[in-house]
Amino acid sequence: MKERWIHVSEAAAQNQEKQFEAWLCPSSISFTTPEAKACYQERVTLYRDAIRMDKMPGRIPVCPSAGSFPIQYAGISWYEAMHDYKKLALAWQKYHDDFDPDGYHAPRTIPPGKALSILDFKLYRWAGGGLRHDQEYQFVEKEYMSDKEYQDLIDDPTGFFLNTYFPRIFGELGPLQKMPMMPPIHEIPVIPSGLMPFGLTEVKNAFMKLSEAGDEVHQWLAEVNQVAAAVMGRGCPAFAAGFTKAPFDVIGDSLRGTRGVLMDMFRHPDELREACERILPFMVKFGTAACRAAGHIMPFIPLHKGADTFMSEDQFRSFYWPTLRKLIIGLVNEGMVPQLFVEGSYNRRLEIIDDIPKGKVVWWFDATDMDRAKKTVGRTNCIAGNVPLDILCTGTPDDVKDCCKTLIDTAGRDGGFIMTTGAGIQGSKPENVKAMIEFSKKYGIYR
Amino acid sequence: MPDTLKDAVIHMREEEAMEIAVKLLDKGTDPLKILNVCTEAMEEVGKKFEAGIYFLPELMMAGEMLKQISEKVKPMIKNPQDRKKSGKVLIGTVLGDIHDIGKDIVGFLLDVNGFEVRDIGIDVAPSAFVEEIRVFKPDVVGLSGLLTLAYDSMKDTVQAITDAGLRKDVKIIIGGGQMTDKIKAYAGADACAKDAMDGINIIKEWIGKV
Repeated sequence: MKERWIHVSEAAAQNQEKQFEAWLCPSSISFTTPEAKACYQERVTLYRDAIRMDKMPGRIPVCPSAGSFPIQYAGISWYEAMHDYKKLALAWQKYHDDFDPDGYHAPRTIPPGKALSILDFKLYRWAGGGLRHDQEYQFVEKEYMSDKEYQDLIDDPTGFFLNTYFPRIFGELGPLQKMPMMPPIHEIPVIPSGLMPFGLTEVKNAFMKLSEAGDEVHQWLAEVNQVAAAVMGRGCPAFAAGFTKAPFDVIGDSLRGTRGVLMDMFRHPDELREACERILPFMVKFGTAACRAAGHIMPFIPLHKGADTFMSEDQFRSFYWPTLRKLIIGLVNEGMVPQLFVEGSYNRRLEIIDDIPKGKVVWWFDATDMDRAKKTVGRTNCIAGNVPLDILCTGTPDDVKDCCKTLIDTAGRDGGFIMTTGAGIQGSKPENVKAMIEFSKKYGIYR
Repeated sequence: MPDTLKDAVIHMREEEAMEIAVKLLDKGTDPLKILNVCTEAMEEVGKKFEAGIYFLPELMMAGEMLKQISEKVKPMIKNPQDRKKSGKVLIGTVLGDIHDIGKDIVGFLLDVNGFEVRDIGIDVAPSAFVEEIRVFKPDVVGLSGLLTLAYDSMKDTVQAITDAGLRKDVKIIIGGGQMTDKIKAYAGADACAKDAMDGINIIKEWIGKV
């Protein structure tokens, strides 16, 4: 098999330049004033300089992870946010108007509840979908794939998701089990058997449900896109666009579950590694496509099960890092700047991951020691982080400012730094969020 | 042969460990002796964890082996009360939070480390914790929560336990993704576990080993 995504390609730098250009001069945004355009471009330039590390940015860009904070700040319920898309959009507008962060966090993480209900989505519970109206949606971890099914996944990832996984995680999509395998359908004698399932009433009904859910998504998108255009049109660039994950996390989070994947490292090590390799091209293409379509450069990549407490350095090197590194290189070759959000801590990983060429990624840390991060990965690539949520939720504005000052003095030294939070800021006191943004904008000016 | 069983468990050789355990049972080895060997092996695994050699996967794997062996061995123990549990721990995910994987891992590790565990599930109201403390009379209460919304739920739970006059009877430990010592103080708990094994060790220190 062809070995891909080991080295940064010759075209990578040029591709990156093109993506930065697309982000800097978006054709799709109509700016309200020339000043708004200038503000937008100044902010993109701050990120670009921080990421490339070839010159000192004017100042440190500040962009907390909005999470679901705008919902609480607007005083609406989770149920309203997930079912009344106008209210959702207004909440996001208000957050960006009142706090003026340097980046726009889209409410795409707040999906339309009705679309989930129509399909009887089981992987999460949400307000109106098994949770009270005031509760944020939460993941329901289970073994959705058994350890006996690795080979099926490896043989045909798409088929496995369509025929086996979706029927398990969407209550209404059971009939997709009857969908035919695609590659054999090409000669005239097999066309009838390939079409047969599409004439079955239950399969038709499943597609009707998908179509209904799709309509709902379009209604939601109309509002979400409108608020994005409005906020960006006033000078605030999107902080990220598109989404992808490390292959190990796809398997660990959503297919096998934490306990399952940890046991598989002993019981099915080769199958686990092979499955990661098989999932990898999908994750590269998925991250690239959505980001490029949005005219952005940073696909968001939350990293979960490779954290310090989940496995040893050897296990990280053997199971997690190889396909994460290939994902990074694959995206970099397409001109993307992977925005790697390291949940938990990577204090025992810094030397291992310090293996990416200069100016190619953003390492966004949650609980990692930022001073050490600066001295390792931070020498070649931009680091971001990591005002902790305990301070934002329970501390005072002065506590927040002290924390930001320390971060700027250490991690922010000599550029290559984005000020953000260690997690979504839901639960934070508004005055603390304000203090973080206002203080960092002033104190983070490079002289 | 008990030594080879211990060695197999310590070095994560699951199939071999199971084979030896079955052979030992077939030969009429005292089931309690087999369990004691496994407990010794668990302690070794714990030490390797402390030394930074082993991590969560090994703890889980060793626990898994112990659980499987126990299931085979326990029906053959004449006086099950001979194996006394070393302390009682009540665990649950606090109100508003439905995550259970962290809680389940801690519950599992507590169980295989010899504690009597009562897990009262997810999204547990402060009043339900109070109720269970009255019935179960635990030595330790473990509050789990992944999200920041758990901060206030934990605080409310500790407050409810205090209001019910039960605070002096239990030690309270918190754990989860965004939990820190600052939140321990905020909630009024006694400790914050930075990971599963840290939690087990703190609880061991509080109520002693098997």
